[in-house]
Amino acid sequence: MLQVISVPPIPLFHADDVTAEFSKTRHHPDVQDDLDSDMDVDDEYGTGLGVGSSSRAGKNITSPGEVVTSAKEFMRGHGTYTEGDNVLSTVAGTIERVNKLVSVRSVRQRYNPEKGDLVIGRVIEVVQQRWKVDTNARQDAILALSSVNLPGGVQRRKVETDALKMREFLAEGDLLVAEVQSVENAPQLHTRSLRYGKLRNGLLLTVPPSLIRRLKSHFHTLPPPCGPLGVDVIMGVNGYIWVSVSVGERNNAAVEGFVDAEGVYSDVNDDISQSSRLAISQVANLIMLFARYSIPLSDTLLSDAYAWCRDNGLTKSGQMMDKEMEKRCLTEITGMDVREEL
Amino acid sequence: MASSSRVEILNEGGLRVDGRRPYELRSVSMTFSPQAHADGSATMQQGLTTVTVSVFGPREPRSRANAIHDRANLVVEVGVAGWSQPGVGQRNRGDKRLTEVGATIRQTFEPVIMSHLYPRSEISIYVQVLGSDGGILPTAINATTLALIDAGVAMTDYITSLSVGLHLTQPLLDLSSPEESDIPYLVVASLPGTGKVTLATLETRIHVDRFEEMLAVGVEGCKILKAEMEGEVKKRTGTMVERMKLNALPDRAGGMKDSDRDILMT
Repeated sequence: MLQVISVPPIPLFHADDVTAEFSKTRHHPDVQDDLDSDMDVDDEYGTGLGVGSSSRAGKNITSPGEVVTSAKEFMRGHGTYTEGDNVLSTVAGTIERVNKLVSVRSVRQRYNPEKGDLVIGRVIEVVQQRWKVDTNARQDAILALSSVNLPGGVQRRKVETDALKMREFLAEGDLLVAEVQSVENAPQLHTRSLRYGKLRNGLLLTVPPSLIRRLKSHFHTLPPPCGPLGVDVIMGVNGYIWVSVSVGERNNAAVEGFVDAEGVYSDVNDDISQSSRLAISQVANLIMLFARYSIPLSDTLLSDAYAWCRDNGLTKSGQMMDKEMEKRCLTEITGMDVREEL
Repeated sequence: MASSSRVEILNEGGLRVDGRRPYELRSVSMTFSPQAHADGSATMQQGLTTVTVSVFGPREPRSRANAIHDRANLVVEVGVAGWSQPGVGQRNRGDKRLTEVGATIRQTFEPVIMSHLYPRSEISIYVQVLGSDGGILPTAINATTLALIDAGVAMTDYITSLSVGLHLTQPLLDLSSPEESDIPYLVVASLPGTGKVTLATLETRIHVDRFEEMLAVGVEGCKILKAEMEGEVKKRTGTMVERMKLNALPDRAGGMKDSDRDILMT
């Protein structure tokens, strides 16, 4: 139960209760100890700028409306606003400082496209000369007909008949992997690489975008002990993840300059064996497990986790992990105490 | 003290129906992200009143007509679960009272959300009342604040809200359902940082001399509530930041070592 103690001069029923010994709010004794330790940290944030001075995470965490620093000495960056002489935070997150620029990075946020990002998207509309693609961002992205590779050669000119056949290439609901070309006005995508294009033979997962780092490569392969052909994982920076049967052979063909034009825009899944399906589901379950505990994803983490499952005999039996096992798995793989889901 | 009501609002000992003192708030509990599919969500429980809010967005507006060229459009929908209060059947979405609650929430948050950062977008707020024991609107506002923070939507401050009732000349904070039906009350929502009031609604009449006092107590109560919410928000943010560091750990037992990789950054 909480109680307001400091109130304006009003006739109080029990003025005797109000003694200096009381804190403003009171908690159940079990909770109190826990809170006390938190509150100490709270005070340490203070209003001063603890940025960079300490590696402890608790030090530079703010929440909306909190004074981050003085506006006289610092410039305000993302996640902040100025009011009077102060720079205040607008989101809950960590304070970051680059020279005189202070910004607050939110721990959870919708995907914000940046040039060069690898994203996975879903076509939601086919319009004049372009597709509209949902990329989990604030606005739908645009994929122009002129920025895709069409069957019949990479350098081919786009003709009118192509514009009429757009739905044959990508229709509403199709998934594709693409790169962000520019972010002026609405974000623009392109698929001008043999690695990009329509997706099939797998399943889509959605995780918070903050869990995916911008890396050199977002295409990962878990090699054959993981299913008979291996499993490909494409981690879109936008939080969409594609888990599919490995297409190692197709890439090899592409290197030789031979592109199976019909295949690139095919809708039909290949025959996927039972064991491949099992491997895909298991990898997908592992990814969702990490996501539930807000653990950032990486290829090594994923292959470690899969190896752990194999060592514990889970991959063969196809058995799902229970809560206890999930926690044991995470603790052993990450070497960190992960008790609570987030 | 002749009162027509069945319940005694304040007894001889100065305690309320549920044993609280006039300025005592009900116990609160908060849960973040109960809805994994939403961009942000939170459940706020004040006493027996439970409200879950899911926030989607900023996202592409569902219909073109809803796009505003220089800022985000805020959409609020309120639903009440059929089991949330005894004796009341399922209220459908078209219910006038619920529409009004939705409109009130939208107006309360519009000045605080930095909507100019999200032009041509839509922020949808879905409020679901799971348990109702008085103070649906204040709890919904508090839950919305937490859900918006969880979604990472930029806001200038928290908004916290409380109901303030008046019994004779005594203001009472955070009314429960039996009190709410018996005495006049005011709903206050304020920005605790500055003490600004974004919402003050009154459905019944009270004496003007009492209003100022009630508002002052309400704003003070909002500050207390904010301290509670901030504590929870920071605790959660801290844990998430800790988790984010996991990837940076040195190579783990059984993990791929740098020497095993084909390509190395030097």
